[in-house]
Amino acid sequence: MIVCDFDVLKPEQGVAALRPDGSQVAVFLTADGTVHALDNIDPFSGAAVLSRGIVGDRGGVPVVVSPVYKQAFELATGKCLDEPSVSVAVHQVRVRDGVVELT
Amino acid sequence: MTQTLVVVGNGMVGHRLVEILRGSSWRIVVFGEESRPAYDRVALSSYVDSWTFADLELPALDGCELRLGEKAVSVDRARKVVVGSSGVEISYDALVLATGSVPFVPPVPGRDLPGCHVYRTVDDLDEIRATVEAADRPGRRSGMVLGGGLLGLEAANALRGMGVSPHVVELAPRLMPIQVDDGGAGLLKRLVEKLDLTVHTGTSASSIERDGSRLIAKLASGLELDLDVVVFSAGIRPRTDLDLGLELGPRGGYLVDAACRTSDPHVFAIGECAAVEGVTYGLVAPGYSMAEVVADQLSGGARVFPGADVSTKLKLLGVDVASFGDAHAQTEGALEVVVNNAVAGTYSKLVVSDDARILLGGVLVGDASSYLSLRPLVGKEVPAALLQPGGAVDVEMPADAQVCSCYAVTKQTITDAIQHGVACDVAELKACTKAGTGCGSCVPMLKKLLTECGVEQSKALCEHFTYSRAELFEIVQATQVTTFSALIEKHGTGRGCDICKPAVASILASLGNGHILGETQVSLQDTNDRFLANLQRNGTYSVVPRIPGGEITPEKLIVIGEVARDYGLYTKITGGQRIDLFGATVDQLPEIWRRLVDAGFESGHAYGKSLRTVKSCVGTTWCRYGVQDSVGLAIELELRYRGLRSPHKLKSAVSGCARECAEARSKDFGIIATENGWNLYVAGNGGFTPRHADLLVSDVDTAELIRIIDRFLMFYIRTADRLQRTAAWLEGLDGGLDHLREVVVEDKLGICAELETAMESHVSDYADEWRGVLEDPEKLARFTSFVNAPGVPDPTISFRAERGQRVPVSLGIPEVVR
Ligand SMILES: Cc1cc2nc3c(=O)[nH]c(=O)nc-3n(C[C@H](O)[C@H](O)[C@H](O)COP(=O)(O)OP(=O)(O)OC[C@H]3O[C@@H](n4cnc5c(N)ncnc54)[C@H](O)[C@@H]3O)c2cc1C
Ligand code: SF4
Ligand code: FES
Repeated sequence: MIVCDFDVLKPEQGVAALRPDGSQVAVFLTADGTVHALDNIDPFSGAAVLSRGIVGDRGGVPVVVSPVYKQAFELATGKCLDEPSVSVAVHQVRVRDGVVELT
Repeated sequence: MTQTLVVVGNGMVGHRLVEILRGSSWRIVVFGEESRPAYDRVALSSYVDSWTFADLELPALDGCELRLGEKAVSVDRARKVVVGSSGVEISYDALVLATGSVPFVPPVPGRDLPGCHVYRTVDDLDEIRATVEAADRPGRRSGMVLGGGLLGLEAANALRGMGVSPHVVELAPRLMPIQVDDGGAGLLKRLVEKLDLTVHTGTSASSIERDGSRLIAKLASGLELDLDVVVFSAGIRPRTDLDLGLELGPRGGYLVDAACRTSDPHVFAIGECAAVEGVTYGLVAPGYSMAEVVADQLSGGARVFPGADVSTKLKLLGVDVASFGDAHAQTEGALEVVVNNAVAGTYSKLVVSDDARILLGGVLVGDASSYLSLRPLVGKEVPAALLQPGGAVDVEMPADAQVCSCYAVTKQTITDAIQHGVACDVAELKACTKAGTGCGSCVPMLKKLLTECGVEQSKALCEHFTYSRAELFEIVQATQVTTFSALIEKHGTGRGCDICKPAVASILASLGNGHILGETQVSLQDTNDRFLANLQRNGTYSVVPRIPGGEITPEKLIVIGEVARDYGLYTKITGGQRIDLFGATVDQLPEIWRRLVDAGFESGHAYGKSLRTVKSCVGTTWCRYGVQDSVGLAIELELRYRGLRSPHKLKSAVSGCARECAEARSKDFGIIATENGWNLYVAGNGGFTPRHADLLVSDVDTAELIRIIDRFLMFYIRTADRLQRTAAWLEGLDGGLDHLREVVVEDKLGICAELETAMESHVSDYADEWRGVLEDPEKLARFTSFVNAPGVPDPTISFRAERGQRVPVSLGIPEVVR
């Protein structure tokens, strides 16, 4: 599924994409040029907002911080660093011919 | 059957007893001769700063029967009945006398003339004020305080605060004869005289006469003083006019044993009216510990009075004087170590045991900074370094040393609270240990212990910056860095996080770096700032247009109503006198704002750490009592400071008269109109830890007021920590309110011009953030729910109706397994 042109992504920010089944994916571009995709729903609030969190790092690990109750989720694995038993699903994402795609 | 405890006296100690016994099985009846609720008499002199009784009031206690304004006039011990001045009779099972003291007024002829006062109650101070204000020679008013002890000097200082030049007359050859020795008193006199107090020692008033509107006092030394007001502060006597036929102590006071019990087993006495094993005390801490003893006895315990620390420190005068322990070296064989530095203006004397091993007491004048570390060491081994001339006084305190003598809190209790994470700042320490909530003299020690426990040592903002917010502010300002990436590269590590990014964004915005959603800033912003709206629990946002001063035309009100109706927004009036519209999605925000901006609204910054609102009452325009145009000023201030980014949100209010309908004293900066101008109060707070704002300046005109607010806000913005409201900032500011006044009113640091310029550039650079978005297609493009499906509503958001409006349905929060 096509998300958007790569140019649309801005470093250290996220966007949200809607899938045909109605589910949502948050897609992030980090400062080093890597693209990550996680479920957009924040498991602690139920709100679809992870794409609007602040992107940064915890001890060098790239994370996004939920804007609702501020838990950090590791971008590469979806693991919540504040509640190790909680995680969000990771989605496969790639950039091809300048276009971001979910596979 | 429920037993009845009658307490006579609703002063500090009586109040403390009731506070401890609250919730016990006792039914409690309190007789209070004063018509006011219990208040902090120790802080009485600060009443002249604001003339607001509420500042002194002790916490109200429910569950007891308070008979305010009713004196207990007699007691029938045989029937166990107390009779009140209204004729009421209350039977008791236990009776506690807490009648305090009466001021001693020496038998000077003329002492009862109008204009002669004592200094003990709030009513006394109100009467002194009335006398001073009635004196018809403003600017040259003069007064006399009879008594040069601790209280006399406080009273003199209070007179000074009322614009009166005080003469202090003391019979003894030196000031503060009880606490200070001859060596220290000479220096004390010099320091006090610098403050415009005239000191006459070794003499007394032989008569006071009225001469027209003035009072003439003749001193034994032959001097005649021409006065407007006289205050007697020549000591106190335990108050025993309620005669129970009980034995009194050798120097007055109801005689009690170590359990604070009189010879009648049902009758106790505590506080200043009690002579515990014959000894009376004129300080509040021993009174509190008597209250604890009696509370324990009444609960079946066997506690006895442990004796008391009678250390004292002069408050308020701006002259450091302290004495502690055996200050006059009365212990057998005691040795004195005196350092008298006439050039530096400091005097210190330590009293040690005959073998120079144990610290017994001391006197400090001119610099009492070591008082807090020395006081707890009394009775303990003296570190040898202390006895060297100029020896370091910064000594390690033993764990069981008492840090707060008002509430008998030990160092151990405080460090435990810090180390177990119960308290991590002074405010929290006060809340959980009570330390620092009495006379307040131990607060600097609390700060020191926090630092020693490592709490304040790390000022690092987060793992990416080792600097505090204030330090980063200085770095950004000095290096003129304009991007986060440049800053973190040079001065930090890693890539940043949700703590440092918004903090730096706020600093950049305070220093004026264009629109907060500009290319390099947008990724730093919290979601609220990023969408210029407040995120709510279901992922939608709320919208708050600015309504300066809470004043709005019907036309604009209709526009808000129409917008809310058209977008189905839940509508609520906020506490800040404006209207909050809830339930907008990211896609709807620009459409909603286009309509609002077209109707003349602009961003209310409800989402930002910045000025929220300046509330106002209607003031002179409508109100019968108003003395100034509060609405006009509120609007002017709100428009001046709108959009100002700060370490935390800023709230303000303006009241049109002293009735204070706008609740200005709960704000970061609050203004109350006076007959002559405005009073400015700062660092108030509602919320989690309410705090009344402190009076910074009074009776200033509008231009001066705005100048001082400009400086105050900029000084706060530069020096506060991240997410630190003005209240916490001021509590943590070294030197507190006095220091703040020195900086922003007296310009002691010489930075006021710079602060004003900074504010001027904020005012001239202000632009509405929402208009900025609507005019910029690139910024607008960010307001989409889905990059691949702009305009499609977020399927997780749904609403239901409640009381005729839409409210969010929380969509099945996924089970979080913890
Ligand atoms: C200006 C000033 C500054 C002070 N500074 C300090 C300081 O820095 N440190 C310190 O430790 N102490 C200080 N003190 C002393 C401290 O305030 C007292 O030690 C403390 O208030 C004593 O408490 P108490 O309850 O015994 O008496 P009070 O607080 O005087 O209360 C006694 C109450 O009983 C009432 N009462 C008396 N008789 C009757 C009756 N028959 N029926 C009903 N009610 C009755 C009185 O009206 C009064 O309200 C200061 C005092 C003053 C005036
Ligand atoms: S504060 Fe004073 S002027 Fe304002 S509404 Fe209240 S009474 Fe009127
Ligand atoms: S010593 Fe008075 S409050 Fe702590």
